[in-house]
Amino acid sequence: MTLPTIFRRSLIAIAMGVTVSGTAAAQEREMLNSSYDIARELFAAINPEFQAWWQEEHGEEIAISQSHGGSSAQARAILQGLRADVVTFNQVTDVQVLADAGLVAEDWQDAFENNASPYYSTTAFLVRKGNPKGIESWDDLANEDVDIVFPNPKTSGNGRYTYLAAWGFAENEFDGDEEQIEEFMRTFLVNVAVFDTGGRGATTSFIEREIGDVLISFESEVNNIRSEYGSDDYEVIVPPVSILAEFPVAVVGENAERNGNTDLAQSYLEYLYTEEMQRLLAGFNYRVHNEAVVEEFADQFPETELLEVNDVFGSWDEAMETHFGSGGLLDQLQRR
Amino acid sequence: MSQLTSWRTGSTRVLPGFGLSMGISVLFISLILLLPMTGLFGQLAELSLAEYFAIITEGRVVASYMVTIGAAAVAAVVNAIFGLLLAWVLVRYEFPGKRLLDALMDLPFALPTAVAGITLATLYAGSGWMGGLLEPLGFQVAYTWVGIALAMAFTSIPFVVRTVQPVLEDLPAEVDEAAMSLGATDGVAFRRVILPHIWPALVTGTGLAFVRSLGEFGAIIFIAGNMPYETEITALMIFVKLQEYDYAGASAIASVVLFVSLTLLLAINIWQGRFVRRLHGGKG
Repeated sequence: MTLPTIFRRSLIAIAMGVTVSGTAAAQEREMLNSSYDIARELFAAINPEFQAWWQEEHGEEIAISQSHGGSSAQARAILQGLRADVVTFNQVTDVQVLADAGLVAEDWQDAFENNASPYYSTTAFLVRKGNPKGIESWDDLANEDVDIVFPNPKTSGNGRYTYLAAWGFAENEFDGDEEQIEEFMRTFLVNVAVFDTGGRGATTSFIEREIGDVLISFESEVNNIRSEYGSDDYEVIVPPVSILAEFPVAVVGENAERNGNTDLAQSYLEYLYTEEMQRLLAGFNYRVHNEAVVEEFADQFPETELLEVNDVFGSWDEAMETHFGSGGLLDQLQRR
Repeated sequence: MSQLTSWRTGSTRVLPGFGLSMGISVLFISLILLLPMTGLFGQLAELSLAEYFAIITEGRVVASYMVTIGAAAVAAVVNAIFGLLLAWVLVRYEFPGKRLLDALMDLPFALPTAVAGITLATLYAGSGWMGGLLEPLGFQVAYTWVGIALAMAFTSIPFVVRTVQPVLEDLPAEVDEAAMSLGATDGVAFRRVILPHIWPALVTGTGLAFVRSLGEFGAIIFIAGNMPYETEITALMIFVKLQEYDYAGASAIASVVLFVSLTLLLAINIWQGRFVRRLHGGKG
């Protein structure tokens, strides 16, 4: 054989060898978790724990990959074909959209405890050192000289919770008087300095660009920001009345079956309810239901009256249609 | 063979392969341009005409048109002036760092628009270098329409510079010298000799810059402030519709931007064609 022939044939042999060994090595199962934007650090901590636990229980090595993005963008991606096995979102509506499309079981909220929500949070305020504007509750936000920063409710679930919390507070405060509620909400919205498209954008505006007197976001996020940027420079205020923000999880049945990961997906989500994970979640400033952990972290989470979306607004679908849809109340209140 | 080619194309072409190259070009354009546009119109087909008009004439959307078009117009005009100046400097003068400046002109093309947006926002916010200087003087740039126009100007300046540069290079320096030697002042030389030569390129470049600015999202969204009726751009309205899973609504607003862009580009092309024909005595 000539030299080129030998070379060509050995190249083919090497390529085949690599492919075969490659496939042999890739026997490890992989699971994809589609999550919301600000959960990166959280799952970076959870996933190794689960992998170690699964290794112990079943002697199998597994890989978990994460996808993060705005909750609605993530749901859209899955609708359009992203093969996520589980979803861990921060909005019930985004999981419901998947259920309506048949990707997630219809009774997904009964599949796990607490409405399929292993942890929850609420809306809280982050103010600058010393709380110069004296912000203690929602009505202080309607004061003339207060500049508020929170993400755009039109593009962010986080922002929607803030809007609904403010509305819920106003409803209690003004005993359901529509006019007064709308007046309050109008002033509240006018006080917003800048509408970023997402939670992290709002954080950047408040912290780096030094815009606004108060940042409104999830209690967990607000606490995490404070620990990251300096506990001395910022204070967390949890208003006496706020909204219950559930973080729903679900197995994407269709994808999990196709990938042969159903048992893995199911166990992964159940694992989030174990005491060690609940403790880890509390460490990330999320509120949990596990009683032992709740007692341990009692000082970290102030008492607050948590309004439920279903109680105040009927249902998430109704809230979306009445308030956030095109031409809905949010549009009307912002109209000039 | 050449007779067959002349019958098909109407003239004898020396270069063979018209059929194949045309075929490949059409395939490419179909895949890259026409297929996505067809998809867009497919989404639109779900709406009735009444629904379509309701979506595109909604108050907040119309306000976004005003903001976007207004800021894009300002950015385009600013870029026309300074782009021309930049192209002139790059073509007519020699100076140390000229190649660097030339390469820098392509920076807005190469830089991811999100990075551009964040950089501009950080720079012009109250706590940034420029913002810290300007805001005490009363000029707020970030979170106002000025910031939007600024971001648009940044991303679209290469269009003007790169369109005018080759035409200026074609214009020999002797032409200005001849004008001067015949007694023209600077102003007259520019208006009567140089400008007529580069006018089409300048208009095309400005038109491209304007159309580019209409569609820009990433660079603007961080510096814009996104306050309804004040600093919301049309691209954000499209994004919001997508967030509401309203694909048809998003396509409707997108079709408006598309229509404006295409109309403008077509108009410029037609006008330019006529102008060039007049200039070259009917042979353009």
